[in-house]
Amino acid sequence: MKWWHFILLVALAFAGVLSLLASANPDGLERVLQNLGFIERGETLFESPFKDYTTPFIENEIISKALAGVVGTLLVLGIMIFLTKVMVRKKDGT
Amino acid sequence: MGYSLKKIDRELGDKHIPLMGVLAAFIFAAQMLNFPVVGGTSSHLLGAVLAAVLVGPYASVIVMSVVLIIQALVFQDGGVTALGANIFNMGVIGGILGYHIFYIVKKFRGENSGILLGAFVAAWFAMFLGAFAAALELAFSGTIPLKIVLPAMLSIHSIAGVGEGLITVAIISSILKTRPDLFEVVR
Repeated sequence: MKWWHFILLVALAFAGVLSLLASANPDGLERVLQNLGFIERGETLFESPFKDYTTPFIENEIISKALAGVVGTLLVLGIMIFLTKVMVRKKDGT
Repeated sequence: MGYSLKKIDRELGDKHIPLMGVLAAFIFAAQMLNFPVVGGTSSHLLGAVLAAVLVGPYASVIVMSVVLIIQALVFQDGGVTALGANIFNMGVIGGILGYHIFYIVKKFRGENSGILLGAFVAAWFAMFLGAFAAALELAFSGTIPLKIVLPAMLSIHSIAGVGEGLITVAIISSILKTRPDLFEVVR
């Protein structure tokens, strides 16, 4: 398989499998905001479809997370490929 | 972001399309993997310097922006109103400043070791300066006083920066061994 298929597979493994083992502890900024008591001040503007990396309508927590990760990864892949094509086309003046 | 879109590397061509795609996908996925750091905190790959080293500073801003935007809009990870600041802190600072730090160290040291050392230093600074900027923004917006938020952000992220540096170097090192041709975008 092509090299980039391999990287994509790694990414999907990260997102769909390894992410389930990821630390639930808050990361840098979140942690600081928690420590300083500011985390409650965040307001929700709108509810995202895959809020907090869970898939709607899926009861099973594991599948919900794994699917969310996979969907996100593929979404990023697709959008980035599309954008890059647009950029290259613009640059080449076609 | 618009500026970066205009200034993308002259070298960016059709053949870089898969690279940009999987790079963004990889960074997105990697950012999901929180690993515990000190005292009940976690960290995860930022990836800005990794992107910058592979596709150049401006393209890396685009890559990071796509990741951040999708995280915020689709996964509610990272605020929507904070998105602009996040893109600046992580994408622009990490990608552009990080790239130039990398470039300087690389020029100074040369060869592959220069690339790896440059990547490590740049990755650490990407974390550190990004956290610095975030702290400044929080203070400037009147949310948290600087003398409180700055040490808090810098202390955690100096440590996280080491992790970022190590992971970035590990990835770049394996690419150097297997596909050194992928570095051609970056002169």
